[in-house]
Amino acid sequence: MVPVGIVDKDFIAYVAEAVQARCGLPCKIFVPMGNPVHAYDRKRRQYNSRSLLQHLMQCCPREILSFIGVTSMDLYVPVLKYVYGLAQMDGRCCIVSLHRLDPQFYGHPPDPHLYRARIEKTVVHELGHCLGLTHCRDRRCVMYSSTTIEHTDYKQADLCPTCIELFKWHLERRLAGA
Amino acid sequence: MTKKPRILVVDDEAAMRESLRDWLMEDDYEVGVAGSGPEAIAMAKDKKWEVILLDLKMPGMDGLETLSHLRRVDPEAEVLMMTAYATVDTAVKAMKQGAFDYLVKPFYPDEIEIQIKKIVEHRELVLENILLRKKLEEKYHYGEIIGKSDAMQEIFDLIARVAPTDSTVLITGESGTGKELIAQAIHAHSPRSYNPFIAVSCGALPESLLESELFGYEKGAFTGADHTKRGRFELAHGGTLFLDEIGDITLKTQVDLLRVLQERTFRRLGGQELVKVDVRIVAATNRDLKEAIKKNEFREDLYYRLNVISLHVPPLRDRREDIPLLTETFLRKYCLELNKEEVRISPSALRLLMEYDWPGNVRELQNVMERALVIGRGKEIVEEDLPFSRERLSTDPYPKSLKIMEKMHIERILEESEWNVSRAARALDIDRQTLYNKMEKYQIKRRIP
Repeated sequence: MVPVGIVDKDFIAYVAEAVQARCGLPCKIFVPMGNPVHAYDRKRRQYNSRSLLQHLMQCCPREILSFIGVTSMDLYVPVLKYVYGLAQMDGRCCIVSLHRLDPQFYGHPPDPHLYRARIEKTVVHELGHCLGLTHCRDRRCVMYSSTTIEHTDYKQADLCPTCIELFKWHLERRLAGA
Repeated sequence: MTKKPRILVVDDEAAMRESLRDWLMEDDYEVGVAGSGPEAIAMAKDKKWEVILLDLKMPGMDGLETLSHLRRVDPEAEVLMMTAYATVDTAVKAMKQGAFDYLVKPFYPDEIEIQIKKIVEHRELVLENILLRKKLEEKYHYGEIIGKSDAMQEIFDLIARVAPTDSTVLITGESGTGKELIAQAIHAHSPRSYNPFIAVSCGALPESLLESELFGYEKGAFTGADHTKRGRFELAHGGTLFLDEIGDITLKTQVDLLRVLQERTFRRLGGQELVKVDVRIVAATNRDLKEAIKKNEFREDLYYRLNVISLHVPPLRDRREDIPLLTETFLRKYCLELNKEEVRISPSALRLLMEYDWPGNVRELQNVMERALVIGRGKEIVEEDLPFSRERLSTDPYPKSLKIMEKMHIERILEESEWNVSRAARALDIDRQTLYNKMEKYQIKRRIP
């Protein structure tokens, strides 16, 4: 896991622990990357997630199964107003934004518990994509497509039974290939 | 639709189409991308795309022009227009040209998801509707052919099996039983349905006219032939040629027909060039062709060419359980045509219809219902509106049709002979084989109580 720009250390540590617990794989925290000014769009006042992802792909260490970038900045892809995260489908890299997961973004009072839960779900979701999982129809599954924050809050941080099987299958394939 | 739709993204900006592609692939859609209108049209011709996301502003062929082409190439594809420059004018133009909806870039992530879900639901509803209608139709209707009797259900089943093939079909049955409707149904459910269905009434035309009708003629072939005319075989090319009353054609025309069926080529009258045709032949007759062969009135080789698949339509009297459904259908049809409010049929009138023998079969029933609606006064068809009465049916032991009389007589004699065929043949003063032939001809079977 690598912080991109300035990110609260506590959140990074929490997420790393959660990923370790859920995936059963060790999660190392890398030295933070600097602010990716090349990815900033002045007009939109957002960062281009595709540019960030490409940067991560260039920096990704070879021995790593998955390289998760975590940033506080608001992300977008050209065709959408915003994204919570972006992943290389069946690849190694993904980037997650905490910006729109913060309850304060929606004018609500601070809620660290809710905030952490949202981050955990979003990271696990993007990690799932990295390992080859596509969106799930089960609204409670973490792989359900969260296009709004309500979707994120409704779903659990766990994979549904079908996605678990697929996750294991993809992981075995990835580890065998490594 | 259990399978996810295939989506084509059309945008001249690579960043836009790639980000949309990546986004959609997370949802396991099969996504194609095109960078221009012409590329999108080529891709639409090559493969079926259920949803097309089409950018409005593109250099060269813009989104509206591309939309117009796409609607022609694949009318079933649903198009979502995308633009960063939304105006009411372009939105209206796009919708008028058949776009499903209009999205303004950049859109919220759920917007596109909602639109695609709407399209999927819409398509599923349309498909469900088509399937339900088909199921309903198929149960008691096959196109315009109606019947819930076992005999008709068997015919529907046979049509379904025969239609997709190219085999020649010979439809037999009395006059008015719907042989042409069946031929049309076979054509409509065949791979040739988008090509012509051409009917020829072979019994209605004298030999010389029939020949020119079937094969056409060259300019100058005979006096009055001041232009070249294509015959029905050519007009039916790629489709189906229905030869009605095939049992009435002369031996000479039978020879010409046999040659075309064997070689799939012919010459127009007065022509030198061989014309090749690809037609599926459906023939019909109310004659007993086997009898005609015995009398040397019909060629056996032509019979076997035509009788690859045989389909016999039973007379209406042998499927009386279809009469109520047919009656209902004709009443509805003629009420609509005559602009009348819904008219019912009284139970006693319906019973009368069920008892009548219908020598003219379904066509006669249709005429009777039309007449009854025209002359009837009330909201109900009653016995008096029908051209036959109960007294006539019960006291008149002599139907007008010779065939019906013969059949009734044979049945009576067989009953009296306790279905001993030899005894019955002696009583009828005919040999056993002739009696068996007549039993087969009239479908006379012993009814087991």
